[in-house]
Amino acid sequence: MVLLLAILVLLPLFWIALTSVHDDAKVFTLAHYRQLVVDPAFVRPLWTTLWTSAAVGVACIIAAAPMAWLVSRTDLPGKRWWRTLILASFVTPPFIGAFAWVLLGGPNAGLINQSYYALAGLKPFEAASLINIFSAWGMVFVMALYTFPYVFTFAANALDAIPSDLEEASAILGAPPWRTALHVTLPLALPAFLGGFIVAFLQSMTLFGTPAILALPAGIDTMTTKIWSLFQYPPQLGLAAAASLPLLIITVALLRAQSAIMGKRGYSVIGGKSGSAGKAIHLGGWKIPALALFVFVLGCSIVLPYGVLGRTAFVRNWSAPLAGNLSLEHWRFVFFEFSQTRLALQNTFVLGITAATAGTLLVTLVGYLSLRKLVWGHRYLALLATAPVAIPGIVLAVGLFLSYTHPPLVLYGTLSIIFLAYVTKELPVGYQQIASSLRAVHPELEDASRILGATRLRALFDITSPLIRNGVIATWIFIFIGSIRELSATILLFTARTKTVSVTMFDLRESNDWGPIAVLSITMLVITFVMIAIIHRFTDARLK
Amino acid sequence: MRSARFSALCAALFACVVTTSSMGQETTPTMVAAAAKEGKVVWYTAVDVKVAEAVAKAFRAEYPDIALEVERAGSERVFQRITQEFASGIKNVDVVNSSDASHFLLWKQQKLLARHTPPDVQRFATQYKDPDGYYAVWRASLSVMGYNTKLVSPQEAPTGYLDLLDPKWKGKLVKSHPGYSGTSLTGTYAITKLLGWEYLEKLSKQGVQQLQSTTAPPKSIASGERAVMVDGNEYNMFIEIGAKSPVKIVYAKEGTPFVTSPTAIFVDAPHPNAARVLQNFLYTAKSQQLLVNEGGLRSVHPDVKEPADRTPLKDIKLLVDDPVAMLPQIAEIKKRYTALFGN
Repeated sequence: MVLLLAILVLLPLFWIALTSVHDDAKVFTLAHYRQLVVDPAFVRPLWTTLWTSAAVGVACIIAAAPMAWLVSRTDLPGKRWWRTLILASFVTPPFIGAFAWVLLGGPNAGLINQSYYALAGLKPFEAASLINIFSAWGMVFVMALYTFPYVFTFAANALDAIPSDLEEASAILGAPPWRTALHVTLPLALPAFLGGFIVAFLQSMTLFGTPAILALPAGIDTMTTKIWSLFQYPPQLGLAAAASLPLLIITVALLRAQSAIMGKRGYSVIGGKSGSAGKAIHLGGWKIPALALFVFVLGCSIVLPYGVLGRTAFVRNWSAPLAGNLSLEHWRFVFFEFSQTRLALQNTFVLGITAATAGTLLVTLVGYLSLRKLVWGHRYLALLATAPVAIPGIVLAVGLFLSYTHPPLVLYGTLSIIFLAYVTKELPVGYQQIASSLRAVHPELEDASRILGATRLRALFDITSPLIRNGVIATWIFIFIGSIRELSATILLFTARTKTVSVTMFDLRESNDWGPIAVLSITMLVITFVMIAIIHRFTDARLK
Repeated sequence: MRSARFSALCAALFACVVTTSSMGQETTPTMVAAAAKEGKVVWYTAVDVKVAEAVAKAFRAEYPDIALEVERAGSERVFQRITQEFASGIKNVDVVNSSDASHFLLWKQQKLLARHTPPDVQRFATQYKDPDGYYAVWRASLSVMGYNTKLVSPQEAPTGYLDLLDPKWKGKLVKSHPGYSGTSLTGTYAITKLLGWEYLEKLSKQGVQQLQSTTAPPKSIASGERAVMVDGNEYNMFIEIGAKSPVKIVYAKEGTPFVTSPTAIFVDAPHPNAARVLQNFLYTAKSQQLLVNEGGLRSVHPDVKEPADRTPLKDIKLLVDDPVAMLPQIAEIKKRYTALFGN
């Protein structure tokens, strides 16, 4: 078991390390690393990646921290709706959001800018646009729209865990609500905000689709697009491997920083919820700006993008007015003419189902063995299962490509290599999910059954499995959703036979075929939301 | 057992035909039956995805028992994918079409191509086919300039490449990428030969929006996202004009790159008979006329008629492609271009 996980996780890293220090003639060299440090073609993308990711992190905190406080502490109207919409932006594939924002925020034809020009009586090109999505800041904006839910969840969970007595004490001593929030709640929740910042930073740093869609047209590279370009002909695998390393190091360092921050501060006060449920703070006149914040953030991440995709799918020319423009031609093209649709949907489903099934089995087994301490090395099991969190998708793909394009095991060109990528990538999420279900089942229950004469297997099937059933289903769907939207690893691993819907959409983007892209986006979103509906039927567990 | 013997027979027959390769290789009922047994044919092409699917539709109508799978990407991307697949021992592609004619020189050198002369190709002018019968020009197009007529008036429209350096075009230009598109690469080679790299250096300071495929800039100016395209497929412009989009073609006064786009069969094609059926089909006068009428392409087939509203090639100053001279410079062109314009 330990060995299996070790191969899955460590082999790709081993090949990255090996390839990065060898030249094409397989002679040892540090030239790749030298080029990484001195060549502006690498230094610039790294710098862009760092500052844009930091900007996304800050933007997420600025938006999501007040949102979390408003939802958990005040009498903000429509809380359930807001939570549902935040969940929706959490599951919206970021590259679909980026596609939609091209149609909304393209400086001249983008629908928002068109309305702006019309309202202000200006003409495109003669005046500056309201938004230019094809820029580093445009990319930061769109990344933040689909990353803030992580920060929101972190912050909301932290706020829920802070006992209300402290805040009540402050209120009793006469502090107005804003003062309590600033001097009591904020310091207590700060570690969670910092943790959220780090998660947002890492999310943005590892995205491939959004920078490829929004930054490349402006001639801006990030590390992920740079690594991808090194795979174009003639491939420079040594450089690609070396370029993967900074991403890996930053991720590991930040994750360590995160656990240090979250581990040390604040949480000593959090010991079960005591006191009364706490009275919701009355917003009064502040309701308007509070609601405006939610309307702005969720309007930009859900309402406008979904709207523009729906519009684009049903019109002939996406930038023209609706009148006389309605058409089903893109649906007909995608589902009856485009010969890749069937193969891509089939591949996506086969991968989603197999990766989810295998991944769930694996993490359930690993979770059970390691939490019940049943085998040698159970500590390493948990460590290995959560280690891929530190491997960005594109880096994992570089490693898998290097591991499986030569004997003994040639997997490149088959679905297996993409399957391996998905299972590995989803291990940590699956493991967390299943571990929390397993922890809730006390071993005493199994012990009781065994005292009464049941074998371990019998106890497992009769006692434990029914109790963790919902957790297992949730894990399966989590991995499934994560797999069908995967782009950053797939983009290096697919071949013509093994295309998925996500890379098919990416190919269509290179020829500006927005209509078919919109149709495929809607298809993907529908599948995702059907799966989420199923999750909700089976469990009450809130996502993350 | 029977099918093994059958394919052995086919192979023997095929070998006979190959030895007399100057003759065209007609699509015979036996070939179609063998192709139907293979079930499908895989075609990697750089032509616009909707044009490719229109061709595929016509093929399926004629040969309902042979499934045609289309894999479309830019020529340079197609080349990269095939190279990567072959390097990993993956045999998936049967027939390939690329707008970077130098790819065929390389593949022929590496003995990756199968010899096959579709009957119609015998009548093509010699400069449009390989003397040894490995490939022939399937389609041709021009890499043209163009503009959106709602955003730019005919008087102020650029007439040539150097006009684009005028500060008034800053932030209004859109361009395809030679690292992705064979047409763009062929055009970049022609233009740097004509105007030098200084031209592209100056152009790169004009806030050019960088797209990938040469099929994309015509769509971009049609949507009004950009006003003027530096390069794009003439055929996509014809398609846009046919759809009443507000765009107009400019044939630059310095000359317009003429880009030929051959097709060939790979020697290791997993569906060799279906590949031949497809290859023959692609060059028939009917298919070629379809490319011209619906796809806006130029054809080198002697029987094909150009629609009256298109400027005849003889009236355009052409920069004819030279794959042999371009081949050794490709890596350098891509590198220098990327340094100026990004990926």
